[in-house]
Amino acid sequence: MDESKKKALKATFPHTIPVLAGFLFLGFAYGVLMKSKGYGAGWSVLMSLFAFAGSAQYAAIIALTTVFNPINAFVLSLIVNARHVFYSISMLDKYREMGKMKGYLIFGLCDETFSIVSSTKPPKDVEPKMFYFFITLLDHCYWVVGTALGGLFGLVISMNLKGLDFVLTALFVTIFVGQWKIRSNRGPAMIGVLCSIVCLMLFGESRFIIPAMILIIAIITLLQKPLSVTKQAAKEVEK
Amino acid sequence: MTLNATQALAIIGLVALSTVLTRFLPFALFSGKRKAGKYVHYLGKMLPYASIGLLVVYCLRGVEFGNAANIVPEMIAVLSVVILHYWKENALLSMGVGTAVYMVLINVVF
Repeated sequence: MDESKKKALKATFPHTIPVLAGFLFLGFAYGVLMKSKGYGAGWSVLMSLFAFAGSAQYAAIIALTTVFNPINAFVLSLIVNARHVFYSISMLDKYREMGKMKGYLIFGLCDETFSIVSSTKPPKDVEPKMFYFFITLLDHCYWVVGTALGGLFGLVISMNLKGLDFVLTALFVTIFVGQWKIRSNRGPAMIGVLCSIVCLMLFGESRFIIPAMILIIAIITLLQKPLSVTKQAAKEVEK
Repeated sequence: MTLNATQALAIIGLVALSTVLTRFLPFALFSGKRKAGKYVHYLGKMLPYASIGLLVVYCLRGVEFGNAANIVPEMIAVLSVVILHYWKENALLSMGVGTAVYMVLINVVF
């Protein structure tokens, strides 16, 4: 690896530490669960490598353990994965000029990677492209390695790490607070939280995401004028 | 294994396809010649913040309001992350302490 890449990797790694903890733990748990259903490390790693979507992978365990119904499995994963559309819309600009890496960066845009790349400015002396690439690659590796360890050794090792998965909740809360500190971000942040809570109460925990996404888009669209004005004003002040 | 190898491969392939479709769709629609218009650009400016809000609620979706052993650790841990991060602005510290608080609460206290 050449010097500039090493430097980018060094600058990137600290940002991924919470994901390292969370993904090794949840990936491990996934590997163990798959193994307990008769799908060894080979199968779970294949899934983690190519599907790379935690919630959808957990949901697909049902599809892997009942009568073969591919259409059902596909529709269910589309529903569980629907929120990724928001992440990609958010990254349209940042990922526009990413050259050969673009495909992989988009493929790897899971919840955790999105939360980091959308909220973190690459350090000045690191090429943005390399920064985004290493965040994506490291997170992907943690997930696959966690899965492999779970599939291989899960039934041998027993650890009391109950609650470690909270680190991912903490990651999102931390980013939320960081964004909240800038006044002009509060409008959309508030809309995201309130619409989600309302839909959670109306539709229940297993089917609130898509209604919440629709409501968020609707309200953001209705408030286009005031929200744009606040953003614009914030930009002027920055200048 | 409930399914045979071909069926299992098909399921894995379809889950992977759903990931690819949802992540690539906006890029497929708004790149190259068809550039995103003003409205999509505006959505791209607002959705990062709304999405993090959605994710926070998504993580806490299983909280049961009537069940103290379930809601109290979660709320104390989230609050400690919020307060610590507002005060110190050190992401790793906020997450580390918050997670430790949560693990102690659910394993030792409740």
